[in-house]
Amino acid sequence: MTAQPKIIQAGFDVEAARADFPILSREVYGKPLVYLDSAASAQKPRQVLDAMRDFASADYANVHRGVHLLSAESTERYEAARETVRKFLNAAHADEIVFTKGGTEAINLVSYSYLAPTIQPGDEIVLSVMEHHSNIVPWNFLRERQGAVLKWVDVRDDGSLDVEAVDAAICAKTTLVAVTHMSNVLGTVTPLKEIVARAHAKDVPVLADGCQGAVHEAVDVQALDVDFYAITGHKLYGPTGIGALYGKRSHLKAMRPFNGGGEMIREVSLECVTYANPPARFEAGTPPIIEAVGLAAAIDYLSAFDRTEIAAHEHDLLAYAREAVRQFNWLRVIGDAPGKGAIISFECEGMHAHDIATILDREGIAVRAGHHCAQPLMERFGVASTTRASFALYNMRAEVDALVQALAKARKILSA
Amino acid sequence: MDDSLRELYQDVILDHSKHPRHFGALESATHVDEGYNPLCGDRVKIYLVVDANNRIADIKFEGKGCAISQASASLMTDMLVGRTTDEAERLMGGFLHLVKGDAVSGLDADDKERLDVMAGVSAFPMRVKCATLAWHTMKSALEGAGK
Repeated sequence: MTAQPKIIQAGFDVEAARADFPILSREVYGKPLVYLDSAASAQKPRQVLDAMRDFASADYANVHRGVHLLSAESTERYEAARETVRKFLNAAHADEIVFTKGGTEAINLVSYSYLAPTIQPGDEIVLSVMEHHSNIVPWNFLRERQGAVLKWVDVRDDGSLDVEAVDAAICAKTTLVAVTHMSNVLGTVTPLKEIVARAHAKDVPVLADGCQGAVHEAVDVQALDVDFYAITGHKLYGPTGIGALYGKRSHLKAMRPFNGGGEMIREVSLECVTYANPPARFEAGTPPIIEAVGLAAAIDYLSAFDRTEIAAHEHDLLAYAREAVRQFNWLRVIGDAPGKGAIISFECEGMHAHDIATILDREGIAVRAGHHCAQPLMERFGVASTTRASFALYNMRAEVDALVQALAKARKILSA
Repeated sequence: MDDSLRELYQDVILDHSKHPRHFGALESATHVDEGYNPLCGDRVKIYLVVDANNRIADIKFEGKGCAISQASASLMTDMLVGRTTDEAERLMGGFLHLVKGDAVSGLDADDKERLDVMAGVSAFPMRVKCATLAWHTMKSALEGAGK
């Protein structure tokens, strides 16, 4: 990497933030790691790693079980983590937050417990074509098993989602609108609040996949008035194995249990079982306790910054990268929606994404190559795969420069 | 430049990927199969004409994917024309060893030399599947009941 004049960004100090992430000091093939794959999974600050280790070292036991002190302390930390997530999403009540093993499980929970019991053949679920597979396949189960219809809403050529198109897709048969808050491929931020307003005007609930969205902007589920909002920990600088579903209290209360096991029951007899109230009803078995503490630490870490300053920093990187790749007439950026998040996906004429990613890797640069678990979107844009660079709070302009140099090198190698 | 990259993307490989040999469909095929790697989206479809003496009288492929997967398919088809199905399997065995970086035995020197252009893949474990897709598809086509 070449030395860069220090960028003056009031408020957000990227160098200081980078020092929190131990992995960023490692080398890859003798080159400094340039991690541009945070949309797949973000790196973890030591505040998260320390919180998990400290908790496991000092306070850990199972939750909601024992009468002993450690169990009580563990339970307190676990429930405190729930409160942290509640505040983070500005939910009205902590019992509207269900811990899951990730965003995928959160959406599957809604499919299985909310829609499956009542959906009828011919009932519709409205989706955008840019959904991640995790916001497609759970609904496909209802198509396969119960005759539901998936109604797809196209995006514009720039990757933006037209609220009118969503509105037009909602009809008397619509049971749910399931839409991403931010595309993991294009970076498009959807007009979620307007979508919810339009859907609610027709008495249709809305689920938002917030796995990317919650990372890049402050989310207020009450202001959005969204019915369900799914997040995952590992993209939020937290651990794997934990995510959360926000669901409006009235919805959660009406939903049947998901997994069966310990902790989700009120009473088990030989004849029958009665179930606990939400959120416990949906948290069968020993939950990811240490991970919950880690997720809370990640949210605390993120919340200690001014989120708008992080967003400004990420947008600066995106704009800088967008401008820099214009010099390559063989590179086409997919998705230029106004106000998009810090993700840049592109295809290169005559060069396959995997070959590019292999060459970038040898330069120490980690990017994602492939279909990004969003094959309908790939089809929409007529590409089999793209290369994707995604930016997080710890990335720098110098890393964009390294990416651009490596792309030029890939061009040289592959078009030899 | 990184030597392992230079070896992986050497001229012969890039030439095969940009100008694939035996590319296209084969109407008269006796054996057809399609290979797909869901992780990266690479696709290869292999068409074979196997005669009464178990000889591969003709072979073609269609495909879409990275340089490695397409070059490997092209190189494979180039080498298999006129071979018996037993020879094809022996070449495949040698190739699988080669791209995993294991010692290769039982191949004649000329075959070994031709396959050797793919040896660079062994330094890239994540890409071995790209290189082996065409070969596995060919084997599965031969094992299938025909088209």
